[in-house]
Amino acid sequence: MKPLLLSHFTVTSCIGIGLQQTLDSLQQARQALKPCDFETVELPTFIGEVEGVNDVKMRDEMAEYDCRNNRLAQLGLEQDGFSDAVNAAAAKYGHERIGVFLGTSTSGILETELAFRHRDKSTGALPEDFIYDKTQNTYSVTDFTRQYFKLTGPAVVVSSACSSSAKVFSVARRMIEAGLIDAAIVGGVDTLCLTTLYGFNSLGLLSTQACRPYDIARDGISIGEAAAFALLERPSADFDKDAVVLLGIGESSDAYHMSSPHPDGLGAKLAMQQALQSAHVAPTDIDYINLHGTATQSNDAAEAKAVTAVFTQAVPCSSSKGATGHTLGAAGAVEAVICALALLHGFIPGGLNTKEVDAELKLDYRLENQQIALKHVMSNSFGFGGTNCSLIFGLAGSLGVNN
Amino acid sequence: MTTKLTAYIEGIGLIGPGLNDWASGRQILAGLQPYQSAKTVIPTPELLPAAERRRASDIVKLTLATSLEAIAQACLKDESLPSVFSFSNGDGLNCHTICEMLASDDREISPTRFHNSVHNAAAGYWSIATKTMATSSVLCAYDASFGAGLLDALTQVIVDDTRCILMASDTPYPEPMFSKRPIPDNCGIALVIAPQKSEKSIAQIQVSLTHDEAFKFTDTVLETLRTAIPSARGLPLLQLIAKGQNHSVVLDYLDDLRLMVEVKLC
Repeated sequence: MKPLLLSHFTVTSCIGIGLQQTLDSLQQARQALKPCDFETVELPTFIGEVEGVNDVKMRDEMAEYDCRNNRLAQLGLEQDGFSDAVNAAAAKYGHERIGVFLGTSTSGILETELAFRHRDKSTGALPEDFIYDKTQNTYSVTDFTRQYFKLTGPAVVVSSACSSSAKVFSVARRMIEAGLIDAAIVGGVDTLCLTTLYGFNSLGLLSTQACRPYDIARDGISIGEAAAFALLERPSADFDKDAVVLLGIGESSDAYHMSSPHPDGLGAKLAMQQALQSAHVAPTDIDYINLHGTATQSNDAAEAKAVTAVFTQAVPCSSSKGATGHTLGAAGAVEAVICALALLHGFIPGGLNTKEVDAELKLDYRLENQQIALKHVMSNSFGFGGTNCSLIFGLAGSLGVNN
Repeated sequence: MTTKLTAYIEGIGLIGPGLNDWASGRQILAGLQPYQSAKTVIPTPELLPAAERRRASDIVKLTLATSLEAIAQACLKDESLPSVFSFSNGDGLNCHTICEMLASDDREISPTRFHNSVHNAAAGYWSIATKTMATSSVLCAYDASFGAGLLDALTQVIVDDTRCILMASDTPYPEPMFSKRPIPDNCGIALVIAPQKSEKSIAQIQVSLTHDEAFKFTDTVLETLRTAIPSARGLPLLQLIAKGQNHSVVLDYLDDLRLMVEVKLC
């Protein structure tokens, strides 16, 4: 693929609001997952909640979009000068030349869950003030973001469970290469809700403690929430050598089972191989893999098999989910930004919570941070329904070498 | 607004109220038979393994049926086709049941209900049924879902120089959600799209962004269908092909952004 510049990016999750807090948390290995006290949920599990989401005030003219997911989207968009960067890009390219492609799995479903508690006792009707299209509908967060910046170009939500906000990079790549747009806001936003907490509980996939990816005693996920965004553009002739670029994308389907990965990680392997091919790099060029690493027995085992099938050398790996929790539809974008931070600041973030790495999985899974210059990093995102996406990022300075 | 995406349609699938498949639906769209709205009939998905067939909801069966008609017409049964799924919402009945349970004292939703609740459930079942390991793009753009799906499929076809299948499907919510989102019935369109002309090509399409007004059917029943169900916003394109007309048509997309489709029969 033709490399794309991540000209600006930002992330907000339970480990930090904006890039600086996130970087500090990663470098200090700060733990932010906590026992679940969300809403009326009574489940023995841990969550990654973003502080202050309920205090976010929507703009008056956007009051109809008010729901937890769009509040978190707005909080995220307002960090790190991201909004200014989008407005500057709109002025440069034109509002119709910027696409909006965001990933989410549950959108504003929490509003509907709450509305169902307040149905009219005689008619069963939902409350008058429940606005379906601006809150619950899966498109809501892209619609919100597009209206927030008054953009008028192509837009869509990708909703393929936990690969959603990795796959948005692919939608943006195609739109830019086809010449329909000059830049794209990509990212992902997912927020805590009852559907995912009780849903993952029904599958027996919730950990009773802060999740421990790749641990021999791993027992499931901790659900988190997050908003992460990047502005993608074609690299200009005078690009900054230290800027982060998207170099490769690989995507596949397992065609195996709705809620379990292929046991040998066949789909994951295909996605990683295609990403390498698309980036024109060899497996030995990858310096770090940010694993999907959900901390369920089957995900980590299948992903490890796929990684060892693709990479014959020991590549330093870790999962960010011990820190952020599994932010589901936002995970791909969150981990893309964490990869960008790792590249820019030259460090491998160690995985949190894991005590004893599962030796059977045969990965170089890192528990400690390491300061080291990185050239190419890979981020994996896999989801329900057997949907897989691998992304490869690098620093712009390496472009001359590869292209 | 000048970028034109050129591709070739090789297969069409259609199911909707009073439209049982493309083979018969094209007669109605061409005006050779009168359109009479009737409850949508979805065939049994024989291709799904028995366990998945039991768990499959309407949006899964609908999407499988339209895609299989399009794939059969394009003679691509054994190909691993990259896919684009565009749904204005997931399975409506399943969503209703989960919300009802979560508002009750018993919040123990079943694992099957939960995995059927993801927006990409139909894409997952489809890949299992068709044994397709190629990439899938699973999208939502509310009322703009057909246009968004068509645009994404075209960028795949052109940028990645590959065939691609677009499946746009919608299913209704029961009350009380129905009052907030009144989609009246199941409806779906599937298109197999290719980058080059071949002996299988049905029509060449050239698609560009426009601000022109979207096409409206003069038949009021068809026009009601077009506006009531997001995937039915693709019907004007199917009508041109059914009528065998080299012409252009403007399809609804986002706000005042629309898709100009120039059709040339092959």
